[in-house]
Amino acid sequence: MKIDRRSFLALTAGGTVGTALTPLPWKLTDDISIWSQNWPWTPVPPGGEATHVNSTCTLCPAACGITVRKIDQRAVKIEGMAGHPVNDGGICILGVSGLQLLYGPSRVKTPLKRVGDRGAGHWQPISWDQAVAEVAQKLGELREKGEGHTVAAICGSDRGTLPQLFSRLLTVYGSPNFFTLPTIHDTYAMTLGLMQGGNPQAGFDVENTDYLLSFGSGILEGWGAPVRMFRANSRWRSGYGKVVQVEARLSTTAAKADRWMPVNPGSEAALAMGLAHVILREKLYQRDFIKHHTEGFDEWQKGVLAGYAPDAVAAVSGVPAAEIEALAREFARARKPLAICGRGQGNTPGSLAESMAVHALNALVGNLQRPGGVWAMPEIEYIDWAEAEMDALAVAGLQQDRLDGAGSDGFPYAKYLPNRLVEAVNSGQGYPLQALLVSGANPCYSLADAAAVQKAIAAVPFVVSFSSFMDETAVNADLILPNHTNLERYEDVPTPLGLTRPIIGLSRPVVAPQFNTRHTGDVVIQIARAIGGTVGSAFPWPTYEACLQMTLAGAWGPLNRDGFWEVPGFQPADWAHAFETASGKFEFTNAAITSLALSEPIVLPGDEKAFPLLLMPFDSMRLTNGWIGNPPFMTKAVDDTVLKGDDVLVELNPQTASSLGLSQGQAAELQTPVGAARVRVNLFEGVRPGVVAMPTGLGHTAFDEFIAGKGVNYNMLAGPVADPASGLDAAWGIRAKLTKA
Amino acid sequence: MKQDHEHKQNKKYGMVINLDKCTGCGACMAACMAENNVPFRKDETDKLLSTAWLRIYKLNNGKPYPETDICYLPRPCQQCEGHAGHSPCVSVCPATATDYDMETGIVSQIYTRCFGCRYCMAACPYHVRLFNWWDPVWPDGMEKYLSPNVSVRMRGVVEKCSFCFHRYQLAKDKAYAEGRRELAEEEYQTACTQACPADAITFGDLNNPKHKVYELKNDPRAFRLLERLGTNPKVYYISSREWVRRAGDNYLEHEKTGAVASGHH
Repeated sequence: MKIDRRSFLALTAGGTVGTALTPLPWKLTDDISIWSQNWPWTPVPPGGEATHVNSTCTLCPAACGITVRKIDQRAVKIEGMAGHPVNDGGICILGVSGLQLLYGPSRVKTPLKRVGDRGAGHWQPISWDQAVAEVAQKLGELREKGEGHTVAAICGSDRGTLPQLFSRLLTVYGSPNFFTLPTIHDTYAMTLGLMQGGNPQAGFDVENTDYLLSFGSGILEGWGAPVRMFRANSRWRSGYGKVVQVEARLSTTAAKADRWMPVNPGSEAALAMGLAHVILREKLYQRDFIKHHTEGFDEWQKGVLAGYAPDAVAAVSGVPAAEIEALAREFARARKPLAICGRGQGNTPGSLAESMAVHALNALVGNLQRPGGVWAMPEIEYIDWAEAEMDALAVAGLQQDRLDGAGSDGFPYAKYLPNRLVEAVNSGQGYPLQALLVSGANPCYSLADAAAVQKAIAAVPFVVSFSSFMDETAVNADLILPNHTNLERYEDVPTPLGLTRPIIGLSRPVVAPQFNTRHTGDVVIQIARAIGGTVGSAFPWPTYEACLQMTLAGAWGPLNRDGFWEVPGFQPADWAHAFETASGKFEFTNAAITSLALSEPIVLPGDEKAFPLLLMPFDSMRLTNGWIGNPPFMTKAVDDTVLKGDDVLVELNPQTASSLGLSQGQAAELQTPVGAARVRVNLFEGVRPGVVAMPTGLGHTAFDEFIAGKGVNYNMLAGPVADPASGLDAAWGIRAKLTKA
Repeated sequence: MKQDHEHKQNKKYGMVINLDKCTGCGACMAACMAENNVPFRKDETDKLLSTAWLRIYKLNNGKPYPETDICYLPRPCQQCEGHAGHSPCVSVCPATATDYDMETGIVSQIYTRCFGCRYCMAACPYHVRLFNWWDPVWPDGMEKYLSPNVSVRMRGVVEKCSFCFHRYQLAKDKAYAEGRRELAEEEYQTACTQACPADAITFGDLNNPKHKVYELKNDPRAFRLLERLGTNPKVYYISSREWVRRAGDNYLEHEKTGAVASGHH
């Protein structure tokens, strides 16, 4: 059949009209949408009464106020609490993802007892009665044998009633081995203790600062209370103040700062002293303060003028002398300048010499106890329990040395040295550790040289975890006695570190406990009572809640109403009354300070020839790196230049990458003296040539499938470096080698 | 025409994002996911398949160390007005599953009408539209946190940022119940705006002189993304850095930034 023009047109027209008239395409379209949409397993969230509950988030130490939206008994959304002193309505990515932890798959749903090998993940559910009885029996036995001091506890903090219950338990039981995992705040506390006397925490009045000089502090990466620091930064960005970021890598903080000053990593303390030199030489310091309220100034000045001339500091830091001079003048002439330190989020305590040098800058410009400066924050002393009766076993146990040597002659100012505990256990120094209790901390993940930590934990015969989640430490425990999560329990949170408003926050049950968990406070009381004797009688409260109510006394009512309670009318003490040193003044130097090894350098592990590169960690808001793992929303928000598939990407300057023959996305083997791992390469011009920058917060092996097995834990590659002056971990990186995989 | 305009001033909800303040922390992304029942999978690192209504881009000025600079740019749906509501995605939808609401200026997405042809995804120059390649699955028990105010999407449909339209509806219902017809600025805010810890996002009615966005959008440092396509978006960005403003459109080397930028209102 011949198809001519006419028949072709007729066919086309007929076909078009026919298609339009037949219902077939429309029917098919309809069917497709019905078929593709009505899957019965797509959940339809039930409706109900909408209510809001105020509480305090305890997922990180910032302790923001939160408002949880509920539909009937379900919590459906976490939002920032408007008017709260820390965050006033804002919230961070972890806080807003908190419901994924509450309802998430990594919850430990019932007390568990290990069956099979340590860490193999074989568990047997047990009853709470059995769990409490087993711990009490084991601890009772050790105590009877006179080995009470071989029991240690690692808590997330030593502030608030829950850590204090642990501390009390260890005391009346007879062990000196209570631990937390120190951070930059411990170094700050030491700095203030040495220079200002007393036992204050450092508060930073960032809301009023008009010139922030940050020595690597990630004010936009989670240093301090993130929401509070972000707010302060937004104020500075609106023209209220200036930010100078001293850091080797272009972090978010550096990028947002008015000025990014790249330095040779590790030279921050020298740079601070160089700035002090210029301020001293040009007499730009606050004369009234220096003259009337300081001691040891002349002696300290002599040392700074002799040793830290701009030319010398320029050679060490890589910052030109002229820039050092200009920066010093700008800092000293600002109205309310503030210098801070603590790299990244400040999770590593860092060097005491650096912290003291930076704090001395604040003293030079007189910005202590004043708006925009550093305030000595007294602790709210609301935990005022009756002194416990100690029996002979307790007294004998407490006379033993701490396993880490903290507080001894070698480390007189350190309170807790967990890295030395690990070392002691692994090398068999001191006495063998027989039992370990872990609450609110995940040392197997978050301490430097995590493999050594895991080895140490494996050597302890009896490990009890109180974690709500199946974290790396819980996996390696013998017993897990799961706590309620922060949305299911009461807990007090004293003034978050760094805040200049003394408050107590209250975390409270937003929803009923979802699983067969129990408040760790209750469990501690029950264990103590089961041990009996003076240990039991030191815990007179029937429940944790009763203990908390009694402890908070008059603040309980307001706390339950508002979610937080603030000390009314707090003002920082003035210069004449602020310092609790022997002289009653700020002391640039004194006998205690001169006795410390402050001038000894921090030497990173690794030989420069074998490991020509420097591996440095960087923190970010989208990856948690505390004792909690990323909830799925956070991991979802991580860029594909940080995590791709299961591979972490390390940042490398294109120049360094090309010298190693590496290109974007290429796989490589990263080696350090501590460990090795497979990584991929992300070319980034903002990282210093010769440096490999690695994100922290990845490389979990526990928790759930949404975070486990993704990337590498920086702590598996890095080792601690004990600060010669304080004993705390002062490592800021490690030497490394990168080769094509 | 002019008289009509004076009698019935429609709302035009929009956003101004200050990139100088934005820290790229991602709180907006997670707040959006939590508010809007956005699902997640085990591996979300292929960003072409990852459903995030709001995504943060990391811009780089491309200069070598230490002249390098970076900037974060959060990108929700730009809620294009086009010319008289002819936004790129609305014009191409064969199922009338997406439309431009003249009352609020919000581009909607009606999941039950969408049959997944993805024309709108091809038409959108901002990549804000996302296709559900899989049915959403929550780990056992996690569906408890799902909000009843936003429907859970099924496999085979396109979804996108709605400016939290359900919050507008809730706020309006509340106002009506209280005998009011107008919403105050703070009564209707998107989840990302509310969460932003840096106060970088401002949301409101671009037509209402009492709302903060009204002034902010006229900031000399304000710009919109790919403005010269004529999409007429309702999301404005502010940056004090020239290279960031230039990154907002495909400028030729000799062209001045913002050369064709004005002409909105």
